[in-house]
Amino acid sequence: MALLNISHVFKSYSAGGMFARRAQEVVRDVSFACEPGECLGIVGESGSGKSTLGRMIAGLEKPDRGIVHWEGRPVWDRRQRGCRISAVFQDYTSSINPFFTVEEAIMEPLRTSGMHKRKDRSSVDLLLEQVGLNASYRERYPHELSGGEAQRVCIARAIATEPHYIVMDEAVSSLDGSVQLLVLDLLKALRRKYAMSYMFITHDLQAAAYLCDRILFFKEGRVEEIIATEQLRNAQSEYARHLLRMVITS
Amino acid sequence: MKMRLLTNLLQDKLAVLSLAVIGLILAAGAMAPVFAPHDPNAVNMDLRYAGASWHYLLGNDHLGRCILSRLIYGIRPSVLGVLAALFVSVALGAFLGLVAGYFKGKTDAVIMRVCDIMLSFPGYVMTLAIVGILGVGLGNILLAFMLLKWAWFARIIRASVLQAAEADYIKFARITGVPSITILLRHVVPVVSADIAVVASSSFGSMILQLSGFSFLGLGVQAPNAEWGMMLNEARDVMFSRPELMLAPGLAIVLTVSAVNFMSDALQTALDPTLSKTNRKFREQASLPVKLRGKEVA
Ligand SMILES: Nc1ncnc2c1ncn2[C@@H]1O[C@H](COP(=O)(O)OP(=O)(O)OP(=O)(O)O)[C@@H](O)[C@H]1O
Ligand SMILES: [Mg+2]
Repeated sequence: MALLNISHVFKSYSAGGMFARRAQEVVRDVSFACEPGECLGIVGESGSGKSTLGRMIAGLEKPDRGIVHWEGRPVWDRRQRGCRISAVFQDYTSSINPFFTVEEAIMEPLRTSGMHKRKDRSSVDLLLEQVGLNASYRERYPHELSGGEAQRVCIARAIATEPHYIVMDEAVSSLDGSVQLLVLDLLKALRRKYAMSYMFITHDLQAAAYLCDRILFFKEGRVEEIIATEQLRNAQSEYARHLLRMVITS
Repeated sequence: MKMRLLTNLLQDKLAVLSLAVIGLILAAGAMAPVFAPHDPNAVNMDLRYAGASWHYLLGNDHLGRCILSRLIYGIRPSVLGVLAALFVSVALGAFLGLVAGYFKGKTDAVIMRVCDIMLSFPGYVMTLAIVGILGVGLGNILLAFMLLKWAWFARIIRASVLQAAEADYIKFARITGVPSITILLRHVVPVVSADIAVVASSSFGSMILQLSGFSFLGLGVQAPNAEWGMMLNEARDVMFSRPELMLAPGLAIVLTVSAVNFMSDALQTALDPTLSKTNRKFREQASLPVKLRGKEVA
């Protein structure tokens, strides 16, 4: 059975105030499935509704119609989902509470899931080590971290509860080139180690191709094409070919 | 967290000073009979407008009453009463603002429409109306303050919650299944507490002044009882012949209001890790053994 099953999902936001009937459809009739251990890249331009899709998969929002099922049950049921889904976001400046130290931030999901009894302070050190930071970072506040360091802390926090699935919304997009590559390699290594599945949302086809097994091309709220990364040069849809041309020429 | 707050506060001299001033004022008010050298309402016509003396440290007023004693007894309505009213209305406003801003949707719409209704009446007129219905007296004025001010606090706090709730760390907490009430207390309240402190401390001063305004109109504290605003008004009659009579209550109000303002400033600085300078040094020393231990493990 598929880990994650998305079927005929629609989502719209009302545009223009409380009394306007006009609704803007952001996600239209999206269906796909994710297998355990798979990394799916979602590539699309800005405003295509990628983040909206990501929020629905992470259980933050309910779709208007359609189902988002996680191991056969609705994903927005918090008890069912438990701590098996996690997330990393684009904006590392607002990803960690400014009043929290790195340690407090990493301990939060552990405490929620009741894992803190088994895992203590040394597991925070271990997690930090996993993402290439040493234990001295534990006492730091987010404003004392660089972008790459903050994003690593976010990754450490996301893997703390050993989730099965991580939704990453533009997780590397605000980092600069070399740091991006480091973080992508880190994500690759962690995935092998913990046997996790990723949903990697990005507008950067190259980054997606580097990390993902399959790539979903997303345009104006619709799925244009889903294709395995090795098959990328055989892409059929106009939009996918257009993006590929852009990558090759640049 | 608590330790850090305390060490930060104690390093700020102005904070320590304002904390001491506020503490002294509150203690003096609470234990007024102990602190006051005389009966605040004892009339002694022989001593009308007497200057400062060893027996009456701040002199005597137009009825020969001891000004220092009246000042100390005046703390009760002016500071303790206003503080209690402020606390209730801020707590109510903060609660509704947090709920409206965090849960949004219908809850928000209902709370905000009620706020709109409350705010559409001019404050003074509503206070007068409430006093008209319930009768004059300090308690009713304070009740009117509580009934009217919460809407304004709720408005401001909601706006600041709306902004704070956008943050990704709140999304992360929701995804990993942290209950809403925990998110509110752990993530939203600390961030909006800065705004709460600002609105609360700034309206503290205006509430003291409003209370004295109503006392002047004869609607608040009743005549023989001491209240700072009323003392100012009594002194106003002889403003030109004896201006020094305004000094004591005036300075008392200024001192209290500025101590509260400095205190709220200092509290924010101490709470916010990005603003505290001393913090950093402190922790570097503290984290040294951690680094060493990390090496031993590795
Ligand atoms: N909460 C919301 N209320 C109203 N409209 C929204 C909301 N969230 C998103 N939208 C609209 O949905 C559309 C898609 O937004 P979304 O954030 O999903 O795009 P995206 O593909 O993630 O873009 P980007 O690459 O810039 O992050 C946008 O036009 C946006 O205005
Ligand atoms: Mg987005």
